[in-house]
Amino acid sequence: MADHAIPHAVHDPNIGTTGLDNRKMGMWIFLGSDCMFFGSLIGTYLAYKGKSLSGPTPYEVFNIPLTSYSAALLLASSLTMVLALAALEHNRVRTAALWLLATALMGLHFVLNQVYEFYTFATHEGLRLGTSLFGSSFFVLTGFHGAHVTGGVIWLLLIVSLAMRGKLDRRDYTKVEVAGLYWHFVDIVWIAIFTIIYLIP
Amino acid sequence: MATQAAFMPGAETKTQSVLWSWLTTVDHKRIGILYGSSAFILFLIGGIEALIMRLQLARPDNTLVGAQTFNELFTMHGTTMVFMAIMPMSAAFFNFMIPLMIGARDVAFPRLNALSYWIFLSGALFVNASWLFGVAPDGGWFGYANLSSAQFSPTHSIDFWMLGLQILGVSSMLAGFNFIVTIINMRAPGMTLMRMPVFIWMSLVTQFLLVLAFPAITVALILLMFDRFFGTLFYVPSAGGDPLLWQHLFWIFGHPEVYILILPAMGIVSEVLPTFARKPLFGAPVVIYSGIMIGFFGFGVWSHHMFAVGMGPVADSAFSIATMLIAVPTGVKILNWISTLWGGTIRFTTPLYFSLGFIAMFTMGGLSGVMHASPPVDLQQTDTYFVVAHFHYVLFGGSIFGLFSGAYYWWPKITGRLLDERLGKLHFWLMLIGFNVTFFPQHFLGLIGMPRRIYTYAPDLGWNFWNLVSTIGAFIIAVSFVIFIANVIRTARSGQVAGPDPWDARTLEWSIPSPPPVYNFARIPEVHGRDDFWATKYGDEHGGAPHPQPAPVTAAEIAAIHMPPTSYWPIVLAVGMMIMISGLMTSMYQIIAGGLFTLFCMYQFAVEYHRPPAAHGH
Repeated sequence: MADHAIPHAVHDPNIGTTGLDNRKMGMWIFLGSDCMFFGSLIGTYLAYKGKSLSGPTPYEVFNIPLTSYSAALLLASSLTMVLALAALEHNRVRTAALWLLATALMGLHFVLNQVYEFYTFATHEGLRLGTSLFGSSFFVLTGFHGAHVTGGVIWLLLIVSLAMRGKLDRRDYTKVEVAGLYWHFVDIVWIAIFTIIYLIP
Repeated sequence: MATQAAFMPGAETKTQSVLWSWLTTVDHKRIGILYGSSAFILFLIGGIEALIMRLQLARPDNTLVGAQTFNELFTMHGTTMVFMAIMPMSAAFFNFMIPLMIGARDVAFPRLNALSYWIFLSGALFVNASWLFGVAPDGGWFGYANLSSAQFSPTHSIDFWMLGLQILGVSSMLAGFNFIVTIINMRAPGMTLMRMPVFIWMSLVTQFLLVLAFPAITVALILLMFDRFFGTLFYVPSAGGDPLLWQHLFWIFGHPEVYILILPAMGIVSEVLPTFARKPLFGAPVVIYSGIMIGFFGFGVWSHHMFAVGMGPVADSAFSIATMLIAVPTGVKILNWISTLWGGTIRFTTPLYFSLGFIAMFTMGGLSGVMHASPPVDLQQTDTYFVVAHFHYVLFGGSIFGLFSGAYYWWPKITGRLLDERLGKLHFWLMLIGFNVTFFPQHFLGLIGMPRRIYTYAPDLGWNFWNLVSTIGAFIIAVSFVIFIANVIRTARSGQVAGPDPWDARTLEWSIPSPPPVYNFARIPEVHGRDDFWATKYGDEHGGAPHPQPAPVTAAEIAAIHMPPTSYWPIVLAVGMMIMISGLMTSMYQIIAGGLFTLFCMYQFAVEYHRPPAAHGH
């Protein structure tokens, strides 16, 4: 046993005591922490629901069909993320890069929809950050989700750029998988936010 | 051993200046030393702030400092001690000791570890820079809304505090992710979870509290930031906003934070007592379970900080019961520590003195804590000096005594030289006496009605005598730390050389040279049970023979060790973050420039070892 304890160059330093990859475990713990982050923001939104003293109410401003389309985009992007990983597992780097690009573009589309939504709320509906408690809590909660998606898009695009420069292959599976974990999490959080803010009256 | 010292893997081939090697280090031991020394300097700054407050309160109608300065002093004292002294002092021990005690060569993410430190340092410098601009935070360490609003705090004082805490929070959470993965995934073969030293367990619970509690204050601070900079209404009562939202979010973080501050000290005491009683920790698994239970309960008691706001009988009762319950696992631990000493062959060294001080003082602080758990009693004590006395008994009498027990215990491991025992005991006695002279009278002051946070008082209230006593005590504490510093300086050159195992201790860190080589373990140890190093020396407590000594380490084994190379991206990335965040107080252009630079640094950080040199047969 003592001989086995000597690290060899071939031993993957990222695989630890439990047989799990350090980076994956780190990401899972980050996501646990991020749950508390979104939990606190959603809690704030719920605490202030219906407490606004002025300004438009949620159902005067919401464009449910548009937001449903955004939600569908984000959910579909989880599928393309999985397809990208499946391709990378078989070392089909080009295919993987295309799926990653598709994932990033759907995420980008989601963010642009949100920018459009915020813009129309502010200009046509008269709902801004300082209009009412609804404006404050709505924009901050969905805005921070949008910021998470934006971060994910940048991350995915950087991975795509690595692939385009020939610096991505099967050895990088875990790195892409970690990005995927983050991406799926951001999608799942949107399911919660979409349901709580837009769907539940 | 001579071969180990001669060969230093990871040392750069090109000559580096000493300064550059520290700025770019990713070695957990060096980062631990950086954390410890920065935290100690900040501890002294926080202490000086306390001394000025005590001088101001020494006699009635004193005019040493005005009300505004006094507000700044107590705000900065609390913020500094909690976030920039006790937490990073604990982080110093996490950094230095966790890999050594679990038999690892480094933490899971060495560069992330360096990043945590540099972000911590920039956050600490950022908050303290407010003194230079003459706008030191003055809203209390808890920063209650809506005193913190732009309407009531129009200067940048709250901005420095709010953004600084956000930066420090990022540092703590990054460190938390790192240490959780390190503890779970970097253990030596045979080091099962229940064989881990209790200090490691308490560290693990602390890290979980960090990563789960900090998001709440992050959100509270984000809402405050949006209120102050972007005109949202979260804490604005005239728009229907509820300032109590801040209190809830703050204390959902704040109460776990109390355990973040005390659990590392509990872990240290759980290592020191068995070593100097020369017997295993009594009921070690129960101490571990109690620590986990404290972690869980810690999330369910936050509103006992808010009895005075009038939450109604149901909430008051629920939080009161939960708070009393949390005293049970804490009491279990105290019982186990005392039972560890029972029948032991006790050696009265300085680390043991501090641990005993911890048990006695923390018990007293815990008892006054149980008193606050009852809402009617709490209503009498809220915002009086009784509360000040209580939390200093747990944070100073608890955390600081525990951390200094650890400092004296592990000093020889970190520096290779023992601290002087005579001066150490003098430090202990002066600190113990000074501490009690300072804070015990504050119980009386609180009960006869002296409120917290007042900058002066009238002479006919009956508070004069005990305030003077308290001030004298504070200066005795100051003298005790002068003696500690003298001890450090004196022993740096002439201290007794420690050797690998000066205390005849029980855990893995003592099986390697002091100070440890850069790779820690020439060969990753194999662990057969709790207190494995002790069993290697003396056999286990069931009378088993000592474990066979492993074969000597060969030079070839040491040559095969691959340590992570240094990196300058952590410090550069921390600087980029600072530029971005401080831009909130200056201009949008600075935010954008800083943000883009930070993003660039993050990318460079991520791809720095995208193809590790080892893969190319380096």
